[in-house]
Amino acid sequence: MPVERLEGFQAGKGSDDAGEDVKRGLLLTSLDRASSWARKQSMWPATFGLACCAIEMMATGAGDYDLSRWGMELFRASPRQADLMIVAGRVSQKMAPALRQIYDQMPEPKWVISMGVCASAGGMFTNYAVVQGVDTIVPVDVYVPGCPPKPEMLMFAILKLQEKVRTEGRFR
Amino acid sequence: MNPDTGRSSGPADPLSTTELRQETMVINMGPQHPSTHGVLRLLLELDGETVVTCKPIVGYLHTGIEKNCEYRTWQQGVTFVTRADYLAPFHNELAYCLAVERMLGIEVPPRAQVLRVLFSEMNRIASHLVWLATAGMELGAVSIMLFGFREREMLLDIFEMATGLRMNHAYIRIGGVIMDLPPGAIEMIEGLLDVVPGRIHEYESLLARNPIWVERNAGVGILSAGDAIALGVTGPTLRAAGVPKDVRKDEPYSGYGSYEFDAVTRDTADCYARFEIRLEEMRQSLGIIEQCLDRLREPGPVMVEDPKVRWPAQLEVGPDGIGNSTAYVTHIMEESMEALIHHFKMVTEGVKVPDGEVYQPVESPRGELGMYVVSDGEHRPYRVKIRDPSFANLQAVPTMVEGGLLADAVAVIASVDPVLGGVDR
Amino acid sequence: MSSSELAARMRERLPDTVVARDEVTSVVAREDLIGTLAGLRDDPALAFDLLASITATDWPERSPRFWVSYELYSTAHRHRVRLKVGLSEDDARVPSVTSLYPTADWHERETYDFFGITFEGHPDLSRILLPDDWDGHPLRKTEELGGVNTRFKGAFVPPVDRRTT
Repeated sequence: MPVERLEGFQAGKGSDDAGEDVKRGLLLTSLDRASSWARKQSMWPATFGLACCAIEMMATGAGDYDLSRWGMELFRASPRQADLMIVAGRVSQKMAPALRQIYDQMPEPKWVISMGVCASAGGMFTNYAVVQGVDTIVPVDVYVPGCPPKPEMLMFAILKLQEKVRTEGRFR
Repeated sequence: MNPDTGRSSGPADPLSTTELRQETMVINMGPQHPSTHGVLRLLLELDGETVVTCKPIVGYLHTGIEKNCEYRTWQQGVTFVTRADYLAPFHNELAYCLAVERMLGIEVPPRAQVLRVLFSEMNRIASHLVWLATAGMELGAVSIMLFGFREREMLLDIFEMATGLRMNHAYIRIGGVIMDLPPGAIEMIEGLLDVVPGRIHEYESLLARNPIWVERNAGVGILSAGDAIALGVTGPTLRAAGVPKDVRKDEPYSGYGSYEFDAVTRDTADCYARFEIRLEEMRQSLGIIEQCLDRLREPGPVMVEDPKVRWPAQLEVGPDGIGNSTAYVTHIMEESMEALIHHFKMVTEGVKVPDGEVYQPVESPRGELGMYVVSDGEHRPYRVKIRDPSFANLQAVPTMVEGGLLADAVAVIASVDPVLGGVDR
Repeated sequence: MSSSELAARMRERLPDTVVARDEVTSVVAREDLIGTLAGLRDDPALAFDLLASITATDWPERSPRFWVSYELYSTAHRHRVRLKVGLSEDDARVPSVTSLYPTADWHERETYDFFGITFEGHPDLSRILLPDDWDGHPLRKTEELGGVNTRFKGAFVPPVDRRTT
């Protein structure tokens, strides 16, 4: 298929290879959309409730603000079976290695929501004992402010994360 | 307790059959675990399914609250202290404010005392509901988890209406409470009094004679009264052993001496007794709330008048939580320069507390919560020590768990109801 | 027993007893600590069987520097008393009371963790709330609060103890 070659674009590849790329792009886009949709609909959080935010996370999963509407009623205890880690609560210096270990044990693809100001930035505890933001330890996808954030705020964060997953595109 | 080994012996002392015993297995439970009530780590040495030794390791939630309080004003201490035992925030605040008020030598208005009792008792019910939900879920009764949080939402709606926040409210402050009840709150609380007794009855009928629940809880985790007192255990765990220690009855604070209620005790000292006690305590709390509502019919001030102590602003619940009322903002910005200066001084520097030290105990849902406050006459606390009930109660867990089965360890911890925020502070 | 009666009883054993804000506080010397506590526990009129809390306060300008306080409660008579032991900076050792009150185990570990006070005779004096390899004893007044600067609206705000404004 004749392709208009731009200056510097796909230099070194022949016109046939470029065509293959476009065909593969079409296939992979559809595959991407399907897999992203499946991933965001059935994210399983790992239980990582630490402090007060954990209670609000449990309240979000309970009857009144139901997380299973988005496929998340199952909080997997084993990180090997989870793909979302909601760090809910203040992370102390003693807990930080355990946090990193749990994150490492989760298989790809994985996401992290940092729930509450203590997890996002240390919160009101700017002192020796609290890790000033879990993004110093694990890469965070969505930050949720609040002390503790209302269940509606956590739901909004989860929807934002789902939006991010949907548009992510991991195959290309 | 076996005096030689220092361990409590179960039905068959595992150390007696040493020839047949194979090597014991040391496993780690936590800190991230669905059944340990937070970030508690247990180092268990197991002989098959029997627990030989159990060592709880805490500190995974240490937040440095006590040190942080020393660098903040007295009023800001309330927001720090309230996050220690996060399931009973009103009790933390109440203990702290009572301690500071004793040091200041002031008496809060009666309506403020009634409001403090009202919110403390509602907090007790909310905390016991979380206990019921998580204990049920850990022992396998997953539907109780949803039921417990359903009732709790009703209580949290009232808290949000009155204080602006669902948890960690900073509502009880030095000199009283920060705001009076908004219109409509009394009706909501009366609605609560209509609904909750039936729900508690529902939980009782679901669990109390359920053979699985009874099997897992009756006779499990026995802690005798002498052991409990020696280990510093307080709260439902101590009352399950027959000791009627309840700070509300023994050393009444905030007007508790004038309310009619019972300190609930049982004498079987096992997990089932603690379950019964907590259900009954929820009913007693409802009775106290009803008495509070009677006393709230007469209006009155909710904060002391002394301008050197009271929080200067009138607050109201706005779209983003608590904020200064518009009338007050108009007053300080447009009407009175003096009021503005006074507001500024009170907010930045705050109360000056004469030096001395005070230990103030309150009865939190988990036991005796004490606040030991030391002042050197400045605007900041010199030392704030939170004596948390769960810190002492967790020390009793090895005594209750050793010699029993691994599955009973979960039941025991659930019945002790630790909140690791208070343990680790 | 009312606080004045209790104070009178306590003065028989410990002359340095004060009553303030309806609380009885007695100062006891380090050497007499175990004997006094045993006496307070076994005396049927006092019967202090519950040790509620052990903690310490750091007064760097005063001598002695550390004051360890023991809160005792009697379940039978429902009264409270506080015992205080003063320790100097270079000799911050005090006998452990775990033989009398097993609950002192974790309380003493916490006081050691926060202040560096050694409790002699404790079965396992190790850090409890801070990581095992932590350096220093954070609740001493000579230690900093810690924490990092917080970026807020274009400025870096230092932690509370280092703010000048």
